[in-house]
Amino acid sequence: MKSAVVVFPGLNRDSDMIAALTKIGGVKPAVVWHQDETIPDVDLIVIPGGFSYGDYLRAGAIAARSPIMDLIRDRAAQGVKVLGVCNGFQILTEAGLLPGVLMRNASLRFVCRQVKLEVANADTAFTRGYISGQVIRCPVAHHDGNYFADPETLARVEGNGQVAFRYADGTNPNGSINDIAGVFNETKNVLGLMPHPENLIESAHGGSDGRALFSGLLEAAA
Amino acid sequence: MKARVTVTLKTGVLDPQGQAIEGSLKGLGFSGVTSVRQGKVFDLAFDGSNEEEARASISEMCEKLLANTVIENYAIEILN
Repeated sequence: MKSAVVVFPGLNRDSDMIAALTKIGGVKPAVVWHQDETIPDVDLIVIPGGFSYGDYLRAGAIAARSPIMDLIRDRAAQGVKVLGVCNGFQILTEAGLLPGVLMRNASLRFVCRQVKLEVANADTAFTRGYISGQVIRCPVAHHDGNYFADPETLARVEGNGQVAFRYADGTNPNGSINDIAGVFNETKNVLGLMPHPENLIESAHGGSDGRALFSGLLEAAA
Repeated sequence: MKARVTVTLKTGVLDPQGQAIEGSLKGLGFSGVTSVRQGKVFDLAFDGSNEEEARASISEMCEKLLANTVIENYAIEILN
């Protein structure tokens, strides 16, 4: 699987994402700086986590208006898989590639802990390594992860199987509506999630529950 | 020309920051406060003198960047 990691100023989880893709995929991803004018021909484009542009205006808002997002939008329309984690999720919603918005955590606190996630739809390239209903562990670290969508959008997202992951067993850390932790676009080739599967891929991390997301993508691309 | 854009959360969107401010005001003894909703103000200065064109241009700025219209409303005020 050929992948590319897109880096904006202020991201800080890019190294973790590159390490996970390299360890699981066996090939180092291309690293694309936000001012680059092309993205290599890849199966997967990843926007990792962090604080692009210091979260100025709204988390992800400035990065979402970068010219490189037009390239990502074009690739997504062609069916290339796009994954956004944490700030990457915020950027994808601000760019209109995913429905809804991520607001300030209801507690107003930055949360950094492990949560439980229920796999809501395992019938996609991103989640095929899991079983629908399976509960996995995953770390979160964010200040703006409170997913919100208006009632019509939410009904569409729920009805179309676009919820990828939900916080399970009362571990919703941010007040997200319907416990939503991750959503797909309509065609399920774009996924955004607040938790960090790249940070739970080997025993040194204390578990490997996040690994199946990457190995599933690898199988899907094979 | 100068303009002020005020961005506020739509009715019904949870505003925990507003709630925290409300709680703090009550703590200071302002017991009559029944609701606080917080937002953002942008003061813009730009070339041109046609108010109608300015409003159209600022509306586009709001739709494209200044507000996230999923959760926010905006109001435009021409200042001079």
